[in-house]
Amino acid sequence: MENRKSLVARLNAVNEYEQQAIPNNKLKGWRSFLGTYAGEHTAGTEFVIGPLFVAHGASAIDLVTGLILGNILAVLSWAFLTAKIAVKTRVTLYFLLEKIAGKKFTLIYNLVNAGLFCFLAGSMIAVAATAVGIPFDMTMPQLTDIYPNNVGWVTTVFAVGAVTTVIAMFGFDQVSKFAMVAAPWMIMVFIAAALAVLPRLGVTEVGSFWSVAESTIWTGTPLEGQSKFGFWHILFFAWFCNMAMHIGMADLSLLRYAKKWQVGFSSATGVFLGHFIAWIASGILYSLFLIESEGSLTFAPGPIAYSAVGVAGAICVVIAGWTTANPTLYRAGLAIQSINPKWKTWKVTLFVGLFTTIAACFPALVMMLLEFVALYGLILMPVGAVIFIDVYLLEKIGLQSNYAEARGTSLNWSVALTWLITLAFCLLLNLVMGIEIFFLGLPGWFVAVLVYVVTAKIIQKK
Amino acid sequence: MKLLIKIISFLGLGLNIIPAILVFGTYMSADTCKLLMLIGTVLWFGTAPSWMNKKDADPAGE
Repeated sequence: MENRKSLVARLNAVNEYEQQAIPNNKLKGWRSFLGTYAGEHTAGTEFVIGPLFVAHGASAIDLVTGLILGNILAVLSWAFLTAKIAVKTRVTLYFLLEKIAGKKFTLIYNLVNAGLFCFLAGSMIAVAATAVGIPFDMTMPQLTDIYPNNVGWVTTVFAVGAVTTVIAMFGFDQVSKFAMVAAPWMIMVFIAAALAVLPRLGVTEVGSFWSVAESTIWTGTPLEGQSKFGFWHILFFAWFCNMAMHIGMADLSLLRYAKKWQVGFSSATGVFLGHFIAWIASGILYSLFLIESEGSLTFAPGPIAYSAVGVAGAICVVIAGWTTANPTLYRAGLAIQSINPKWKTWKVTLFVGLFTTIAACFPALVMMLLEFVALYGLILMPVGAVIFIDVYLLEKIGLQSNYAEARGTSLNWSVALTWLITLAFCLLLNLVMGIEIFFLGLPGWFVAVLVYVVTAKIIQKK
Repeated sequence: MKLLIKIISFLGLGLNIIPAILVFGTYMSADTCKLLMLIGTVLWFGTAPSWMNKKDADPAGE
């Protein structure tokens, strides 16, 4: 009983400054963020995204050039958009949004946001489960699977989900520590796995890598039933796969701890280790799997990594899944908690973890990851554009920033209209002009900016 | 003691990459590489948390 009380007391003591600016003595420097970003973006998703580029027939040159440029754009977005605003305001996205858009809008936004975070964390729990299930000879999911189709899979997913949730319940510090320890090791395992299988692909010296990459790994030919990915697909995916975090401002929650805005550049560790080296490495592993399995539809990162480097590879898949699922669950918890600040962080996280684990049972979450990641960024992007304009532009053009707070309104219609019109515009681009989801974020951001400025002028003049 | 633990940590990290390089160069078998990587993993996670998460290890973080 005493132990139980002690545990509850510890959980209640987790204070993440959700509803107040971060005190100076709690600010963190480069090192904390370098580790957090490296851990967060060298993750379970990397074991899925790299292989999906192979499945979508990306060519070697498109992949390398697209990733380099896309990743640079992502880092610049983190530093110049997210980190600058995070350091200026020192509050979470949710707290800032409440001042700008009002409580009612924030409530709806938070529910949407938390749902999306749950699905992303769920896909990571599913990826980790493919490794945990290896010793139990679990039936692995197929590229075409949508629904859970065996008890072993569901049981394994629930076990992984439970552990992930418990870790997330103890707050950001625990997550950060775990990610920091695991990050350098994960990078080593990703690189080692790719190196160790290169001879099986016919690469016996460094000089022969590029020719094998072009002819055998990234052939430029998509698998049957998959769309073709070119340079622009890769560039925009690399830039926008974390659109919710940088342009969408979700990382205000993390970067508000930064001592200075330049710390935003620490996201480079995440994107260049995770979204370059790890994507290339996992693509190599999947390409070998396709060749050796003669085009099997099984899509399970755990066994693929295990085949390459043994138990260390399987452990890497599990930990990579955790290091993404944990901060994502934490963010989802923050999103829900801002609905009612009196709710305890750990209780909210426990609920979010349960929902996420149920979602993780659906293999479609993994198989459609590219589309989901793009959609997730797109849905959250308009609010990032609103925050950017509210912080930097509105007062300069004679309008009221933090309008909802200043007027005591619970719903700022200019924000609601911006969100709806932008997403409707993106949907139209997709349905009428056939523009793929990966490319909608850029025009969508400018539309959001325009709509917010115009509607703010109209509404504030009334 | 702290230095010794750090040395063991980096030895563990090295065991996660060097054997793979040797496999690539055909100087080592894949099975040996897998075993060494597992040992390296145990060494890393057995030692790194004790010094990586020390608060005073972050000199103001700058």
